[in-house]
Amino acid sequence: MSTPGLSAETEASRASRRGGEGLGARLSDLLWRRPALLLALLLGPPLLWLGVVYLGSLFALLAQSFFSIDEFTGQIRREFTLKTYGELLTPANLDIIRRTVQTAALVTVTAAVIAFPIAYYAARYARGRWKAVFYLGVMLPLWSSYLVKVYSWKLILAKEGILNWAFGKLGLTWALEAYLSLPGVGGNSLSTSPTGTFLVFVYVWLPFMILPIQASLERVPASMLEASGDLGARPAQTFRHVILPLAFPGVIAGSIFTFSLTLGDYIIPQIIGTSARFIGQAVYQHQGTAGNIPLAAAFAVVPIAIMGLYLWWAKRRGAFDAL
Amino acid sequence: MTSAMKSASAVALALALAGQGSAADMVTEIGPGEGRLNIVAWPGYIERGETMAEFDWVTKFEQATGCMVQVKTANTSDEMVALMNEGGFDLVTASGDASLRLIAGKRVQPVNTALIPSWDTVDDRLKEAPWYVVDGVHYGVPYMWGPNVLMYNTEVFGDQPPTSWNVVFEEMTLPDGKSNKGRVQAYDGPIHIADAALYLMYHRPELGITSPYELNPDQYAAALDLLRQQRQLVGRYWHDAFIQIDDFKNEGVVASGSWPFQVNLLKSEGAPVGSVIPVEGATGWADTTMMHVDAANPNCAYMWFEHTLSSNLMSDLAVWFGANPGVPAACTDGRGMATAETCAENGFDDFEKIRFWTTPTANCSQGQDACVPYYRWVSDYIGVIGGR
Repeated sequence: MSTPGLSAETEASRASRRGGEGLGARLSDLLWRRPALLLALLLGPPLLWLGVVYLGSLFALLAQSFFSIDEFTGQIRREFTLKTYGELLTPANLDIIRRTVQTAALVTVTAAVIAFPIAYYAARYARGRWKAVFYLGVMLPLWSSYLVKVYSWKLILAKEGILNWAFGKLGLTWALEAYLSLPGVGGNSLSTSPTGTFLVFVYVWLPFMILPIQASLERVPASMLEASGDLGARPAQTFRHVILPLAFPGVIAGSIFTFSLTLGDYIIPQIIGTSARFIGQAVYQHQGTAGNIPLAAAFAVVPIAIMGLYLWWAKRRGAFDAL
Repeated sequence: MTSAMKSASAVALALALAGQGSAADMVTEIGPGEGRLNIVAWPGYIERGETMAEFDWVTKFEQATGCMVQVKTANTSDEMVALMNEGGFDLVTASGDASLRLIAGKRVQPVNTALIPSWDTVDDRLKEAPWYVVDGVHYGVPYMWGPNVLMYNTEVFGDQPPTSWNVVFEEMTLPDGKSNKGRVQAYDGPIHIADAALYLMYHRPELGITSPYELNPDQYAAALDLLRQQRQLVGRYWHDAFIQIDDFKNEGVVASGSWPFQVNLLKSEGAPVGSVIPVEGATGWADTTMMHVDAANPNCAYMWFEHTLSSNLMSDLAVWFGANPGVPAACTDGRGMATAETCAENGFDDFEKIRFWTTPTANCSQGQDACVPYYRWVSDYIGVIGGR
């Protein structure tokens, strides 16, 4: 009596197992026969994520910039208009854009000048333990909180801070004061001057410049430098005609970081400097406290446009050839 | 104050139609607690002894009512409005600029004051305040209020403490013989335009300013001119209370508009500062606990209303935050740490001198579209700080 029951049971379980196998096998067959389907399944979710969540919200933002705010009620008028862009071009707002781009450019150039020798040393001379020290030294500031760094710089640059104290001890207070009295760069103290904002930007973004330059210098073959020397080039000529052109994509890659990071930052200029607005702060304020989303969106378009132009130029200079 | 009341009630009137609809859906009796309560609050407003053990006004409430309190902090009025629009909260500690917007947007419900036993202890000056009472309907319970005071360095000013806001608006020689240029600060928010207007209200009566939050284009232009003059004196505007504290200690700043919060903290660290409400008066904030229109825990919310009015909450919060309680007795009856002196220091007796914060709107007591709306305040103040 028990045998047929048992066999029925095994039959059933075997059947169900076969069914399960069949489904998995058929699926795997299907995917093997149609690689495009597999690709779509693998890439679909991340692409959807990127397309809908990232690009979608970006376009929603851009679309907002073609709306305008009602002068009287402060309500957003959802009709196509270029009025908001007209508002973007008022002198006060152009000041903000000019100030931001100018600082970003200056920070980028300075960071490149400081970073190059450091990266060169790390790529060419540092070995073993020193290489580790280099990486640690460059990365260490990135481990601590960005806010902590900015606040400590505020203390360093303050009127009663360590830098002023050092200038005083060296008898150079007059020089600092003469510098701070210059219009455009000076202020009450370093911490309330545009110079202070600039210094902190350079410090905070420097690692993002050093690392790409170092990576590109690592790829310059030593044999080329030797060949250059053998052909009678002086070190300066070797640098100008061999090293710099070969490492330049690295410099551009680094500059994309420093430039765009400065362009979008809204914390540093709020804590250090004259309180004059940068683009990021303007966006934050128009969107967050004024409810003027169209103008905030128009402001947000500015860095996108500038970075677009910059990337186009960088591409022409071959910054992405090595990718 | 009366004209501020008048102007604010004009705004209230404009919003009355919007508010009327929900007046009928008031809670009529308090049942048993739901076991939880979600509050949107300013940072530091609702403490459960985690920052400092002695500042705790939540634990006892939870033990007594079984309502577990969840706090979501918000840093600006706009954030508060946004959170309330999202929903999912029971209460919010809304300032004067947020409260009317919440009422107009129908995000908060009328409060039945008869269900709050301690309602009668609320400050008479706040019981019918126009920033939360619309058309005779109460949309909340007064929480805390405070002035924006003039903080100054007592070593620099010595025996001649400042009596006017002119130390931050006009270039002058301070009692220590040096100019105030580069040694004063101003608030880094568009609402500071109201402080300039308040100053002009006193010194240039011919402009006819009746409320610093309702400025016609001419009055507004005069205020901006004053602020441009101030830009020459200010090295950096203050935005964050702790940065201002640091600026008074390390940056040589000797006078600025400020909150009692910074004054108290600096004093507790032994810094030589004092504060005053100058002859022109001052701007200030008044917060109200308001209840979401779809509050999931209305019974706990009403228990919390009563708790804010009758427990140690306001008294301890007055000490903690440098603000004034909505219940005057909290200053004197020893229910918490505050004493009559603490409250006096926080400006308790200066209520009449304070112009409470409201959002400037185009339609004001001067007429439809007669006033400069807030979004223009924002863009123009950015221009002024940028040197335009």
